[in-house]
Parts: sequence; C-alpha cells; structure tokens
Amino acid sequence: MSVKDDLYYSEDHEWVREEEDCLVIGVTDFAQDELGDIVFVELPEVGEEFDKDDSFGVLESVKAVSDTFIPVSGKIIEVNENLLDNPELLNDDPYGEGWLIKVDPADDSELDELLSAEEYAEFIEEE
Amino acid sequence: MMKKTPFNQIHKDIGAKMTDFGGWEMPVEYTGIIEEHKAVRNQCGLFDVSHMGEILVSGENAAKSLQKIITNDLQKLEPGKIIYTPICKPDGGIIDDLLVYCLKKDQYLLIVNAANIEKDFEWLKDHLLEKTEAENLSDKYAMLALQGPESKKILTQLTDIDLNSLDYYRFREAKVAGVKMIISRTGYTGELGYELYFEPEAAEKIWDELMKAGSDFGLKACGLGARDTLRLEKLFALYGNDIDENTNPYEASLSWTVALNKGDFIGREKLVEIEKNCCQRKLTPFKITDRGMARHGYEIYAEGEKIGEVTSGSYSPTLEQSIGLAYLKNNYAEPGKEIEIKVRKRNIKAEVVKGPFV
Repeated sequence: MSVKDDLYYSEDHEWVREEEDCLVIGVTDFAQDELGDIVFVELPEVGEEFDKDDSFGVLESVKAVSDTFIPVSGKIIEVNENLLDNPELLNDDPYGEGWLIKVDPADDSELDELLSAEEYAEFIEEE
Repeated sequence: MMKKTPFNQIHKDIGAKMTDFGGWEMPVEYTGIIEEHKAVRNQCGLFDVSHMGEILVSGENAAKSLQKIITNDLQKLEPGKIIYTPICKPDGGIIDDLLVYCLKKDQYLLIVNAANIEKDFEWLKDHLLEKTEAENLSDKYAMLALQGPESKKILTQLTDIDLNSLDYYRFREAKVAGVKMIISRTGYTGELGYELYFEPEAAEKIWDELMKAGSDFGLKACGLGARDTLRLEKLFALYGNDIDENTNPYEASLSWTVALNKGDFIGREKLVEIEKNCCQRKLTPFKITDRGMARHGYEIYAEGEKIGEVTSGSYSPTLEQSIGLAYLKNNYAEPGKEIEIKVRKRNIKAEVVKGPFV
C-alpha cells in the first residue's frame, strides 16, 4: 500500500496536499483498496463550508458505502467532477487524478494536528 | 471465533480480503469484484463455497419424508438428478431454499444455506417419518464451484468422465485429479458450471490442480462479492435477503417450485390459499436510472407513497448500472413503472424491468 511522503493524513484515511492557494484532499491508497471497486462518488457543492471531521461526500463501492470526512475546516472551492463519470480514477490513482476536493482552509494550524506520512504508515500497519 | 473452510489458508496466501459471512471467515474478493465477475461471464471463476451445509437423509421412508417436507415434487428425482426446492413452515414462510441430490432411492443429500444448517437439521429431525434419519455431514465436505463458459474445458482435463453427458441439474460420482467426488452441473451464476463435493483433506490438492488446469483459460479465484453480483444479474434469490420466513414462494416468483398437486406437505394448505388469492406484493427487479446504488433495506416510494423495500441491491458489472430486487405492491410490479429509492437523504429514480438483467 503506498503512502506518499509530502502529504498530511487523517485517521479516517484522507490525505491533504498543500498548494499555494488551497488544500487538495483525497482518500488514501489504503482506503481505496479497502473499499474495492468504487462505482459512485457523491461530492459537495462549491461554496459549501465544513467543520473539521464533517462528512463531505460518499464513496460507493460494489460491496460497501462509505462517508468521507474532511480533515480540516474550510470552504469548498473546487470538486473533482471528473470522478462522477470516472469513479475508477479513485482506485487507479488515489493521490493524483482521484483527488476529491479543493478547500480554502479556515484555520491553517489544523494541519499540525494531522499525521505525517510516517505516522500514517504506522497507523495503517496497526489497522 | 469464526468458522474456517479447508481453503482458508489458501485464500489468505493469495491475498484475499476476508469477511465474516454468517459466522464464516470467507473471501469477499481477491483482485476486485468487477474483474472476478467478468472472468466468470467470459472465462471461468473458482469459488470456495464450503460454508454451505450438507445433510444426508436416508432410510426406508426417506423419500416419503422429504416429499412431506419440501414444496417441490420429489417424484421428479431419480439417482443422479437434482431439484431446487424451498421448505416452508405451515404458514407458507420459507425456512430455507436448497438442492436435493438423489444418491439412491432411499438416500438424499441436501445442500443448504450456511446460516440455516442447524435450523434445517432440527426441522428435518422433527419431521422425518420413522425408519429414516438425518445426518449433518457439513464438516465432511469441501465444496468448490467452477463457473463460466470455459469450465467444461478446464474440468475435462482432470476428470475421468465425459462432461458432455452431464446435463443441467444432474450429478455423477467421479474422480477429479484422482480424488473421488460428486461433480454436479449446478451453480449460482447463471453460467455453464460445476459444483464439486469432496473430502476436506484433498482441498489444497484440488484447488491447485484446478488452478493449474485453468491457467490457459483465464481461470480466476472469485469471492463472495462476485458471487452476489453474478446471482443478482440472473435474479437468483438469496436467502436472508430476498427470501426468509416472512416471505412465501409465490411472492418470491418461485411458484414453479411449489407442487400443489403432489399430495400433502407442510405449508400446502396455506399455499393453496395464497395461490388462489394472489399475493399482495411481488419480488421485482429494477434498475436505477440516476447515479447511486440501492442496498438491502432501503425504502421505495412512488407517488409519495411507500410501496416496498429493497431486498438486494448492487452494481451490475455487465450493465455498468445499479440494479436490485424489491418486494413491490402488485400495481407497481410491472415493467416500465417508475419508482424512487430513498438513498440516505435523497430519492433517486429507478425503473421496474422485466429481468433477468443478463
């Protein structure tokens, strides 16, 4: 299972990547593998605001349905609409083309509460 | 502590994701449900179904006893033949659905659902006539299902019988890779396929030999996930989802398994009544026209009124669309009717179809 070095992680198996003007959020390779073939994705509306740990979307695989939880508070500035018609991108490229949302964070310090790649790798080892 | 089949270690060694299925630790998928599903439709898949139960009913009154317990007609059977049948309570509710293998005129092997083994065994013991006994042999059999268009070519390499002479719902005692077993032309996928029953000690050998023989034919290990999507596309009822003690064979579209004219049997009186009055609801296939998926227990609406609940819902890898089964009030159980399924906070659109889906 791959864990990428330059990302932050949550215990709900989301990753966060810092870009210049926003945070990009997706689910981890571990999460997509646990879910299996993902066939539907529900995403929030641009402009919606969420508090940290709120459910912001739904991933539906052949065998199970799973909520996604936002690892930081903030406002949605973009969603990956490509996933609606190509949900398999989440399985094929969870850290790249399978990204879920871009967020304008409300509180940058929340990033410090997330796991590092090393910590997350340990965390899924124990799961 | 979950029960394990004789193939448990093999599954783990080849990287299966395991799940608790009615108290059994079973493989749900190996490489992916969609890929495994397509392998069975186009080439071949191998399923461990050893969790299924085997109960032997034998003795002077075995046939007479079973004729009284099952709803289908045992007269259709002779050694080497198989029938599918429900067994019902006096009120017509389905206790289980099972296969009956006629080994000899006074010896029948019943293949029952894993979750119902104890219940069925007790029910049988309570209702058998004298000079007849039931034996729970579930631990004495490993069971594999080899399913898909290439299954015959694969099995032919390993067996000493001519599979061309084995018709649907027939079985034969034969050797596969030198191991004595029952080969039956049955399955739960709607494809050409075989189910194999043999001693658990030979589990690893038979698995390996089949995998080797199937390597040129695209044979893949398949889990319960694909088993479920495959059976749903063909509208095969799943006990515990689509049928249970609160449903009767008529509303479950299983009227062909009820032989009202064969003489008395448990549930007959009530089933005669149900047949005469027609059911209020019917197990009905639907496909979802919006994005989203229906799951067991989701509510179904039409014109603002609740008209049923989803009993099975999944994704059809063949149609690339969500499909399902639900008990719907009769006036909605007609192809073309538009219905809505409550998925979490919203309603999504679906359409009643004729089915089967594939």
